[in-house]
Amino acid sequence: MKDRVAIIGMGCTKFGENWLDGPYDMIVDAAWEAFEDAGIEAKDLQAVWLGTQQWGDAGMSVANALKLHEIPVTRVENFCASGSDAFRNAVIGILSGLYDIVMAIGFEKLKDWGLRGLPENPGTAHPVLYSPTGPGYFAFSATRYMYTYGIDRTPLAHIAVKNHHNGNLNPKAHYHRELTIEQVLTAPMIAYPFGLFDCCTVADGASAAILCRADMADRFRKDYILVKGMGLANSPRNQSPLHDYLGFPATVAAAKQAYAYAGIKNPAEEISCAEVHDCFTWTEISNYEDLGFIEKGQGWKWALDGTTTLEGRLPVNMDGGLKCFGHPVGASGIRMHYEIYKQLQGKAGSRQIKNPRLGLTHTLGAVVSGVTVIGLP
Amino acid sequence: MIGITAYGAYIPRYRIGREVFRQAWGMQYSPGERAVAYYDEDSVTMAHAAAVDCLGNANAGGMEALFLASTTLPYKEKQMASLLAAAMDLPATVRTADFTDSLRAGTLAMSSALDAVKSGSAPRVLVVSADCRMGIPTSAREQIFGDGAAAFRFGHEDVAVEIEASHSVNTEITDVWRRNRDPFPSGWEDRWAILYGYLAPLQEAIKGLLEKTGRTPKDFSRVILPAPDYRSHQELVRSLGFDPKAQAQDPLLNTIGATGAAHAPMMLAAALESAKAGERILLANYGNGADAFALRITENIRKIKPFRGIAAHLKSKRPLGSYERFLRWREVVEVEGSRRQQPFSSPTVLYRESGWLLPLKGSKCRRCGLMDFPPQRVCYQCGSKDAFDLIPLAKTGKVFTYTEDYLTGAAFEEFAGTVVLDLDGGGRFRALTSETEAGETHIDMPMELVFRKIHEGAGYNNYFWKARPTR
Repeated sequence: MKDRVAIIGMGCTKFGENWLDGPYDMIVDAAWEAFEDAGIEAKDLQAVWLGTQQWGDAGMSVANALKLHEIPVTRVENFCASGSDAFRNAVIGILSGLYDIVMAIGFEKLKDWGLRGLPENPGTAHPVLYSPTGPGYFAFSATRYMYTYGIDRTPLAHIAVKNHHNGNLNPKAHYHRELTIEQVLTAPMIAYPFGLFDCCTVADGASAAILCRADMADRFRKDYILVKGMGLANSPRNQSPLHDYLGFPATVAAAKQAYAYAGIKNPAEEISCAEVHDCFTWTEISNYEDLGFIEKGQGWKWALDGTTTLEGRLPVNMDGGLKCFGHPVGASGIRMHYEIYKQLQGKAGSRQIKNPRLGLTHTLGAVVSGVTVIGLP
Repeated sequence: MIGITAYGAYIPRYRIGREVFRQAWGMQYSPGERAVAYYDEDSVTMAHAAAVDCLGNANAGGMEALFLASTTLPYKEKQMASLLAAAMDLPATVRTADFTDSLRAGTLAMSSALDAVKSGSAPRVLVVSADCRMGIPTSAREQIFGDGAAAFRFGHEDVAVEIEASHSVNTEITDVWRRNRDPFPSGWEDRWAILYGYLAPLQEAIKGLLEKTGRTPKDFSRVILPAPDYRSHQELVRSLGFDPKAQAQDPLLNTIGATGAAHAPMMLAAALESAKAGERILLANYGNGADAFALRITENIRKIKPFRGIAAHLKSKRPLGSYERFLRWREVVEVEGSRRQQPFSSPTVLYRESGWLLPLKGSKCRRCGLMDFPPQRVCYQCGSKDAFDLIPLAKTGKVFTYTEDYLTGAAFEEFAGTVVLDLDGGGRFRALTSETEAGETHIDMPMELVFRKIHEGAGYNNYFWKARPTR
């Protein structure tokens, strides 16, 4: 897999409460930015994979919005990893030898529903068995983690402050507002230990990636980016009576797959930067550990010591992350690729980090996780 | 010999001081406090709690029939005793029936139970009485009513309380009523209603019982007379020739309130907790007539104890605090809903899973022994397929982790408490909590599972198990 598929163009809308944009508007905007970035037209695409969790009219939502005629458009749904999985399927499409140029696109339109938080998944609803909300689910783990490792809410608050600082530098982020530790700690409670500013934003948005065979990438651009490795894992372990509620086995497994393809032995040393699934502040801390950057139970120290700031040794969520950039579920995985792609090309503006060579993206839907490693040729 | 072979009771944890009503409306009709069902409780869930208090979660001793008595069952059409039987994991052969519409429902169910035992059609019958009535705001009833339940098993073996005789009268009178469409009871002028709806029928029934048995008030150590208010109780006791101090059983009006169809049964449960062998007790009840029973305590009274009973439930209490919270719980005021989807339900799912859902059974892997809930066809641990037994989950456990979810919120409280519970004897249970105040829940906290109303998704009541801090 390593170095056989190239990213030649990417697009991403502004994330946020896009009250005046319909889903088709965002699909068109993200796709056209990617087309123009790659120097291609819609008719050049041979196949499309679409990631969306809540809103989606099968493959038609993208085919109709972009007027893609008589090509396969496949909808992929895998909770919060839907976008990552669409990207993964697009990579597999190229690797299969069937296609030369494909698109992975993710989108979500959440703000037309008038609901707080994410809607519940109707497919898994049960009349009486308790199904937690997003924050309610992750809070179970955060509570147990804080108890086990003896920390309070302060390290969590540092994640919110860091990601809002980064997002504030990003014109496409949902929010442009610096936060203080005090503000995070005193915000209204959403699901203990998560206050309002410990939770990512519920946002609308779309993001797109144009992929091609690596051996033809320089026909489109010189600064293309290569896929080094990827992994995806569904793990029901979180639901098992033996789960320790200290992290996410799906992330551990997906990272292991991706590192094997990419030949990564020591991720904390070899990876230049990462976009990880900070659906809640504590989740980012767990991600540091589950991705193998640092030992289990130690990740909270990175939240305090600045390791993952823009100036740190391993910057994480340079674009503001789910926390501040926003989390339109199906769009998030590809949005992460967008940020790493721009960082690797040196086009990340005021949040540009120094000399990145290899970046990681990670999405997590509690029981499913997608990890991709992309880098310079 | 036919009579009571087990008993139990239930009082909700929350109490509202009667001064709270005075603060709200400027009037206080009675002293003390009253018991208030938590927002997720109703007559059926309180009946379940009383049944568990009587027989334990394993239904020790069993039964052939289950009678549920209440004037506040949540349905006009659909049996509730069958729901109770499901939550109690009773066999399908148990005859279930609801007794409703009269404050005498509890004692009428007892009479029917005695007849069933006597005839042999059901050698053991559990009678559970529960009520959760609401008086209209500002009324005396709002203050004097209380919520609670009591359960008695009748049989002919190891009888602890013999029913020696009974006598009933009926009276057609419109003294207090609640039509199908009425949320609150109405009543005619108090003095007349008390005289002809309460005092007269009880005097007549008790007179008939004394004549039938040839006994006098002096032969009874106690007289159990439920009452709509304290003054009427005193008046009745005196008019019958009983000593109010020495013989009258406390009507519980200042501690629990008038608990409707459960009132006489709860007073009886309280009396039995301190009864001695050889005592004679007179039990009576009213409501469009009256029932009277002559009871005799046997040596077996020492062998049957409720799990908590009236005494321990009375002590285990927590102040409700505010009148607004009371109105919110009882849905007297409408509050702003949370911006979340309506809860889902489906009768086909509930029916399909009836073998384990309400009876609360988990799967225990025959190969590796892993206990899991909900039951899993493929074992998480060893992967074996369909190699499991359905085992009842323990109803006690410790909190492994928890949260207080303000996003879910609820129509009734600001947050939904939720826990992952490690059950004693194995298995994990992810549950909503009940009766948890903000900041109360913590890791390793002991909790017990209680049967409660969850929501009204799809237009009907959905019931399930919740975790509550052990009382």
